[in-house]
Amino acid sequence: MSEHHHHDHDHSELSDTELRVRALETVLTEKGYIDPAALDVIIQSYETKIGPHSGARVVAKAWVDPAFRQALLDDGTKAVNTLGHVSRTGDHLVVIENTPRRHNMVVCTLCSCYPWEMLGLPPVWYKAAPYRARAVKDPRGVLADFGVSLARDIDIRIWDSTAETRFLVLPMRPDGTDGWSEQQLAELVTRDSMIGTGLPKQPETAL
Amino acid sequence: MSDVLSALPGLPRDVDGPVFAEPWQAQAFAMTLTLHARGVFTWAEWAAALAAEIKRAQAAGDPDTGETYYWHWLATLERLVADKGVATRELLKRTRDAWDHAADRTPHGMAIELHEADFHS
Repeated sequence: MSEHHHHDHDHSELSDTELRVRALETVLTEKGYIDPAALDVIIQSYETKIGPHSGARVVAKAWVDPAFRQALLDDGTKAVNTLGHVSRTGDHLVVIENTPRRHNMVVCTLCSCYPWEMLGLPPVWYKAAPYRARAVKDPRGVLADFGVSLARDIDIRIWDSTAETRFLVLPMRPDGTDGWSEQQLAELVTRDSMIGTGLPKQPETAL
Repeated sequence: MSDVLSALPGLPRDVDGPVFAEPWQAQAFAMTLTLHARGVFTWAEWAAALAAEIKRAQAAGDPDTGETYYWHWLATLERLVADKGVATRELLKRTRDAWDHAADRTPHGMAIELHEADFHS
């Protein structure tokens, strides 16, 4: 490893590749060749199927295997690596669990802070400044936009990713899934439930 | 679109189409489709340029696994954009450096925005 890549935790960081892609997008937009909104439409049409949804498998395993669940909460990167998933060096995955008293939601405006190898491409709304700003000020309002309403006594906690820490929400296992296999359970785990803007599918709607 | 994509043998894909390992790959992919749709280059030109880029990389020792595929894609896009007179390499480089500056001065968690001043520092 070379030493030139100095990590400063106070500012945003983009890789050389990301910088070149941004440069192309800026120049092509200024010259009128592309329209960023139209670009997002193309990307959006792929985002649901991008990357392996490893996150759902990790969550399902945590639901059926208490030892794995504990390991995951203790050290997300280490626990995920035991499953043979690939994780980028230097990235620290922190898994936070929803409980009957607390709901977690993750925000960050940089896609590099998104655990994309677990969740695939970040959705366009996740990258948008309004989502982040509103999530901090009015989390219940944001959740309502996503069709989620939580009881008043449930505490909502917002997690802002840092340069080297990315968060994954461990949602609660839906009732009525006793005896389900990991594979069946993984089908219930949506991307949004792992960002915290949604809940897992219920057994009756998943059929 | 599936027709043009099938002209690219190395494209990481599943039964439904291309898959991306990182967000920037989808950005580069979408920009390429857009430039093609605008007639900046034909798909035959794109496929040939990408094949040439991969060949160059292989000659330089690239293992050409799926992981490096989109690096070659990006290099091809930069090359074609320059060759077609859309933007010079110099302009791309200056804009890249400006984004680097913008990222450096942006506190983490804030959206990174490019300002004119980033070009002059």
